[in-house]
Amino acid sequence: MNTVGTVLPERIFWIDRGLLKAYADASGDQNPIHQNERFALSVGLPNVIAHGMLTMALVGKYVTDWAGDPAAVEEFTARFIKPVIVPADIKVDLTVVATISEIDGNRIKLELIATSAGIKVLGMAKAVIRK
Amino acid sequence: MLNPDSVGRTFAGADSISISQSDINSFAAVIGETKTDVAPPTFLIRSALEQYEKILTAPQVGLDWSRLVHGDQKFLLKRPIVAGDVFSCTATIENYRVAAGNEIVSVRSDFLQGQELVASTWSTLVVRA
Repeated sequence: MNTVGTVLPERIFWIDRGLLKAYADASGDQNPIHQNERFALSVGLPNVIAHGMLTMALVGKYVTDWAGDPAAVEEFTARFIKPVIVPADIKVDLTVVATISEIDGNRIKLELIATSAGIKVLGMAKAVIRK
Repeated sequence: MLNPDSVGRTFAGADSISISQSDINSFAAVIGETKTDVAPPTFLIRSALEQYEKILTAPQVGLDWSRLVHGDQKFLLKRPIVAGDVFSCTATIENYRVAAGNEIVSVRSDFLQGQELVASTWSTLVVRA
């Protein structure tokens, strides 16, 4: 039963350097901060970081899987508040959970929380879906 | 630095952006989406960022794309994006400010099919000091 305040099941996506390369190729965003550790360090980052838009795309997958339909999303918003840091040769988590915050007819608004290594990486993350 | 005269202006983007099934498939594959009859909700970011880069780095606007980070992002989809869609595109520089030496630019991109608005994306882009 979908009611305001319902917390949806948590889900973990795993991110590694291979996924960053795949996202870079699929999205056209070849910024070296997402692939080249030496470059990332040279511009003051702690390590290679994930594309904010990869994080948002995975949170979008969480939303459309819950909706049961990749066509369900009408609005989707996120602020990139902290980077997802991706060291070489390991997988880091992107842990996603949502709360139903509004129901208006067949439209459901979700407030989304995304963390990596326990740190909140998205702020003000919201989606409006038709269901 | 961004030319302040460009704030509030709307720029014509690419005359036509064609959405292909193979582009949808590649994007979907990265996030593990197997239903590819429609594009994932963030799919238009590629086209949006390409518009922004072209328009914001033009000499009369003057943004330094090499120091750019993405601050926030919003999508509004009137309907799902599907293979075969052909859009014209505009980009509007909605706001610009400088804080602690960082340039903060808010841009909107509209995707139109004929006269019909199909999708809009809003991005805040930050050029680090």
